[in-house]
Amino acid sequence: MFIAISYSSSDPMHRQITDQVKDAIARGALKAGEKLPSIREMSKELKISPITIKRSYRDLEQDGYIVTRAGLGSFVADVDLARLRAEKRDEIAGELGRIVTAAAGYGISPGEIGKLLRKILEEGNG
Amino acid sequence: MDNVMEVTGLTKRYRTFTLDGVTLEIPKGTILGLIGPNGAGKTTTIRVLMKMVRPDGGSVRIFGMGLDAHEKEIKNRVGYVGEEQFYYLNKKVSWTGRFVSRYFERWDQGMFDSLLEEFGLDPSQRVGKLSKGMKVKLSFAIAFSHHPELMILDEPTAGLDPVIRREMLDRLLAFRDDHEGSVFISSHITDDIVRIADHVAFIVDGRVAIHAEKDEVLSDWKRLHFKPGTINGDIVTGLRCVEAHAFGSTGVTNRFRELEGRISAAVSAGDVKVENVDLDDVLIAFVKGGRA
Repeated sequence: MFIAISYSSSDPMHRQITDQVKDAIARGALKAGEKLPSIREMSKELKISPITIKRSYRDLEQDGYIVTRAGLGSFVADVDLARLRAEKRDEIAGELGRIVTAAAGYGISPGEIGKLLRKILEEGNG
Repeated sequence: MDNVMEVTGLTKRYRTFTLDGVTLEIPKGTILGLIGPNGAGKTTTIRVLMKMVRPDGGSVRIFGMGLDAHEKEIKNRVGYVGEEQFYYLNKKVSWTGRFVSRYFERWDQGMFDSLLEEFGLDPSQRVGKLSKGMKVKLSFAIAFSHHPELMILDEPTAGLDPVIRREMLDRLLAFRDDHEGSVFISSHITDDIVRIADHVAFIVDGRVAIHAEKDEVLSDWKRLHFKPGTINGDIVTGLRCVEAHAFGSTGVTNRFRELEGRISAAVSAGDVKVENVDLDDVLIAFVKGGRA
């Protein structure tokens, strides 16, 4: 699993961890049933407070991405990948929405954006 | 653009430390931040400029004049704030102003009085009773009150609370922007430098390691994060401060603009992440970063 912590990001650290674990699950880098590093290990490796790691694990558990078994540790849950993909799709829809709004600010019409997007897709770029 | 200060090849040998060929310049109306660890030569450099230390070699020109031949004229046009203030502790703030005023041809008593008021300094207070922050403010008030064209400041913000620090930094910005003033400020608090400086110079072990526009430095230097096991010389050579952990590895590069194209595919694939550095990271890379 690849986790990169940025001190200059506007996202708080617990959120950066949560997002990157989710991302690893969505990309299939972490598989259902796989054991996650312990809070202590992650805290030590990333040089981040265990309270921060604990918080991101708690959020992941609440959202159903991981399960914690007392005494055994945390494991990747049997996540509904379709749901995860739907979540990612919503995120991307949100980003596209922001692009359309930004474009409107420069007087670029939705029709023009549609053309640009189709062109990018045809070039197989992405 | 005219330079208000040109320091060339400044050298000073002490038994355990050598200031080794320091060369710096300050274009008029700009702020140069001198950054370095403790003991790197920041204070020695500034002491030479203030004629408190005699150099073994090199030259200093301020306002186009040689420092040795025109010391008095130069000092009249320079405002100096040191790390420590040497005032008579049992004298009042107002007395201190009158005392130093005789050294400056352009002393502006009205300005001094209004700065005291703006800074919340009581003229009847004894200097010895002032807090550290208030003493620094007094120092700033004195420096500004003889209408300097160049401010030279040695760690002026060390030990100050964030409120006073920000207030003094804002004053320096106003000095630059409203009076075309020039500033030479040393600090190991790189946050202060990044906030106000136009150019930065890093001094390490008595030598100038970088002297460039601040924004150039921040565009060239980036921190790269690599997926575990993927850091290798094919992607990046000359990484400094490389650290590996179980979930990836990081390193700092000073050649990001060259690398950008080469790593763009890995960035899109999510295998490499790029992060801005701050000037602390650059300083640390020089002090203990290994070679380029």
